[in-house]
Amino acid sequence: MTDTPMVIREPQFGQLKTVLAKLRTDAAAQVTFLVDKNGQSIAVQGDVGNLDTTSLASLAAGNVAATGGMAQLVGEKEFPTLSHEGEHENIYICVIGRALLIVVFDDQASLGLVKLRVKQASREFAQIFAEINSQANESTDDESLFAEITDEDIDSLFK
Amino acid sequence: MTFINYASREINCKIVYYGPGLCGKTTNLQYIYDSTAPTSKGKLISLATETDRTLFFDFMPLELGTVRGFKTRFHLYTVPGQVFYDASRKLILKGVDGVVFVADSQEERMDANIESLYNLEENLQAHGHDLMKLPYVLQLNKRDLPTAIPAADLAAELQRKGEPVHEAVAATGVGVFDTLKSVAKQVLTELRKS
Repeated sequence: MTDTPMVIREPQFGQLKTVLAKLRTDAAAQVTFLVDKNGQSIAVQGDVGNLDTTSLASLAAGNVAATGGMAQLVGEKEFPTLSHEGEHENIYICVIGRALLIVVFDDQASLGLVKLRVKQASREFAQIFAEINSQANESTDDESLFAEITDEDIDSLFK
Repeated sequence: MTFINYASREINCKIVYYGPGLCGKTTNLQYIYDSTAPTSKGKLISLATETDRTLFFDFMPLELGTVRGFKTRFHLYTVPGQVFYDASRKLILKGVDGVVFVADSQEERMDANIESLYNLEENLQAHGHDLMKLPYVLQLNKRDLPTAIPAADLAAELQRKGEPVHEAVAATGVGVFDTLKSVAKQVLTELRKS
């Protein structure tokens, strides 16, 4: 299951962004961010500025994978949440099925508030991801596009 | 695991460079990074020890262009080659779409190549992948060294399924992009099939 392609379509993408935006406001966070467990960025909301979201996604996935490995060594299935507190900036990460929810916040917000809001939003995200998974095998016109990819299309990427 | 976002019209794929310690995995990525236009690449992240040995992984995102209106992004990862980092290697293979095995051509590294290849097959199996079915390329690196085994002999020993074999000198860039193209093409061809 985890290795079937994750396919996000317009309606679910919009729903994910809406929940991310609400969470960002409710938690007084700077950035709220969804990535998949393999480090691919799914959606982001907030004041990204100079934040390198691609690198953040990859490092967060590596972080969760490493702590997940440690969890198994001590007999736990996983550690579902991680928090990193800095002098000014903080990061909270929560595992939601195949995805990771990342919240970047500063001293205007508190970890307790972020945890509470993330818990509330997690249920909504879980529902949307359940819908995404259930539609993973439905084909659309767009998917037939992939079947029509020619060798020339692929070669053109390397010119 | 390919990630397709229809809303933003993006395809993201994950390619992992695997191989024994000091075979040149990071050097491959460094060369790709140095030779790519800034608009096509993100930052090269290296989680390395103080002596520049890969501790967890190196990572760089690379945008190749558009196919049928979809932006194609490849996320390139290396694994730590040293034997005792096996737990980390296994984690990085999660969700992989294509693998490049970087072999060290030096005679004295032959056993390390074989051990690493065996380790790759084992770790792929742990994630439910079969090397025989996965987009895969064999790179014979360090062809410029005097102790390099003849390429045909090395390939005969390490080739698993008739995969493409590329001779390389990653430090100077020889064969680096040929290897990348070769695995990327297989990944996209696989996407077409699915």
